[in-house]
Amino acid sequence: MSLLTFKGGIHPTCCKEFSKDSKIKIIEPPDFIYLYLSQHTGIPSKPVLEKGAEVEIGQKVAKAAGKLSVGLHSPVNGTYMGTVMYPHPLGGMKEAIRIQVNKENSTPFKEKERAKISNIPKQKLINIIKDNGIVGMGGAAFPTYFKLQVPSSKKIKDLIINGVECEPFLTSDYRLMMEKCEEVMKGVDIVRRIINPENVWIAIEANKLDAFEVMKSTSSLFPWANFALLKTKYPQGSEKQLIDAITGRKVPEGGLPFDVNAYVQNVGTAFAIYEAVYLGKPLFERVVTVTGNVRHQSNFLVPIGTPFEYLIKLTEGPIGKISKIINGGPLMGIAQSQISSCVVKGTSGIVVQNETETLKKEPSPCIRCAACVDCCPMNLLPTEMYKHIEMNRLEKAKEMGVLSCMECGSCSYACPANIPLTQQFKIAKSRITKKVN
Amino acid sequence: MTQVLIPVILLGGLTLIFGAFLVFSAEKFKVKKDERVEKIHEILPGIDCGACGAPGCAAFAQGVVEGTYAVNGCKAGGVEAADKISEIMGVKNEDTSTEKVSVLCCLGDKETAKRIAEYDGISTCEALHLMGGDKGCQYGCLGLGDCVSACPFDAIEMGEKGLPYVIEENCTACGICVETCPRGLFELIPKDQDIYIACRSYDDARTVKQVCSRGCTGCTLCTRVTEGGIIEMEGKLAKIQWNKIKDNKMLEPALEKCPANTFVKRSELRKKVKGEQLKINAK
Repeated sequence: MSLLTFKGGIHPTCCKEFSKDSKIKIIEPPDFIYLYLSQHTGIPSKPVLEKGAEVEIGQKVAKAAGKLSVGLHSPVNGTYMGTVMYPHPLGGMKEAIRIQVNKENSTPFKEKERAKISNIPKQKLINIIKDNGIVGMGGAAFPTYFKLQVPSSKKIKDLIINGVECEPFLTSDYRLMMEKCEEVMKGVDIVRRIINPENVWIAIEANKLDAFEVMKSTSSLFPWANFALLKTKYPQGSEKQLIDAITGRKVPEGGLPFDVNAYVQNVGTAFAIYEAVYLGKPLFERVVTVTGNVRHQSNFLVPIGTPFEYLIKLTEGPIGKISKIINGGPLMGIAQSQISSCVVKGTSGIVVQNETETLKKEPSPCIRCAACVDCCPMNLLPTEMYKHIEMNRLEKAKEMGVLSCMECGSCSYACPANIPLTQQFKIAKSRITKKVN
Repeated sequence: MTQVLIPVILLGGLTLIFGAFLVFSAEKFKVKKDERVEKIHEILPGIDCGACGAPGCAAFAQGVVEGTYAVNGCKAGGVEAADKISEIMGVKNEDTSTEKVSVLCCLGDKETAKRIAEYDGISTCEALHLMGGDKGCQYGCLGLGDCVSACPFDAIEMGEKGLPYVIEENCTACGICVETCPRGLFELIPKDQDIYIACRSYDDARTVKQVCSRGCTGCTLCTRVTEGGIIEMEGKLAKIQWNKIKDNKMLEPALEKCPANTFVKRSELRKKVKGEQLKINAK
């Protein structure tokens, strides 16, 4: 059987073996939890409590504000301490709710089994997903309820469940599939009921054969599911590339998956949907891989709002001096300026690197080898765009499609001259959007 | 003989006919050129900085005559140029604003402000600002010199301690640095004013104290020691209301009383910078 894939991409070392076999571990919450009001794409949530109020685990502490927004729920029992400015993993200082954790009576979340889900109407399911603050867990943190409201003019043909996890180092989705396969599939079933697709695909990369087998073993319970094994390649897990690999249809420039009758959802999100609908449990904790240069690379079930520092301590500390901490994987993740940044709904992993791994390489002139052109999954011309941006010819860069760049980092990885291509495109995109505004 | 005469007469005749045609068409299709454009162009600084919005000085001169740009549109030329241009245009220069000069509103150099991270990406302030910055203060100067490379008049240089300084002799207050700085740390202040507040941090006192020894903590003391409401609070930051200030002495109490030393005298900064410059030259 030939493996499905897309054109372009790179083959970085997987580095998943470090944390692959570490089972998801439930951790003690830290002393303080910081919930950023802005953890999702869209309008930041609004705090609803008075300073000094007691909060219970799973209680709503901030409500959705506006059309594209979700609420926040406390992951612990404790005291609401108002809001402070705190370093955000995506850069800068952002307003965050501070909760002092009450460790003495921290009872686990009470689970309640719901009635048969087949009896719940579609709109009610979407409302449950909205109320429980569920966002895309793959990284972009787009509110799921909004995504589920597919315009009626678009018929979804393929629902793709993204268990690819192509970023090196990260294993949180992998562990979820290994340990909670049935729950994940139940979550997928809910999505399937809401959007009513013709085919359901569970997409997994070939370097996670065991997870593929585990998921496939549930097929007797879920006969509607198709299982697709994909070639190990980065960025295989990107929405547009995944649709291309499985269905062969290409999302048009500036378009959405709806436009080619496809819908992609992460396995983490499917699990969160399962928890919300079956157990009535809001999204307040998630699996985070803490890996790289630490003593015990692990997968933790982390309350959202836990500082990175605390998690790194739980792995019994770094080996040698930390020189870089990345929120997410090493390719698309963002290097942190402060160790006190906290886990957000979109944090799938934390990669710690020491000095030997973060050698600074001086960029040298472009030799026009076109390695970046070959690997660009969006079929752009990074080398040409870079030059236009350098000369501040933004119009030209826009014509060449710099706005469709998803900052996957493949070009920077492939460039033998160490040119910081991806960062340049990031700057250009911000300049273009600034101009429009 | 005729062999020579015929071509001479023929060619001579043709020359006359063409000459007459050229004279006629030059008169008939004459492009009326406004002398004023040339005159205005001569007044302008002529370095095509683009601060007025036109692609260059020639285009600006044309624009003034056509009415697309105001007579005082040339920021680099300042009041002097505006007066001369308005004389040529035969209008009154209504803008009586005084001459301005650009100042940096940050004192967070390598000694006073804490750096929290090391950055090794594209070496521009714009890129670093997008990443959130490497300074504890999220409003402070990043020190990678976007302003130095953007200034068309070579009026900004990077100091030894990682803060740029304005060479006032060269500064024309064109405002390009104000637009370039990703953190908006430059301000154009009246040239006859010496004292200004050199901070743009809206953080609360605790945060400011943690990251910088000379940042504005928002203690509001300066608003109380000065008269006439010349300093107003914008959240946690004191802002000088330049339009209310008549006398430079009005700000002196604030300079003396500010507990964080955030108010500075331009003249003293200049002295320091000059010393620094001498040191650099000596090296």
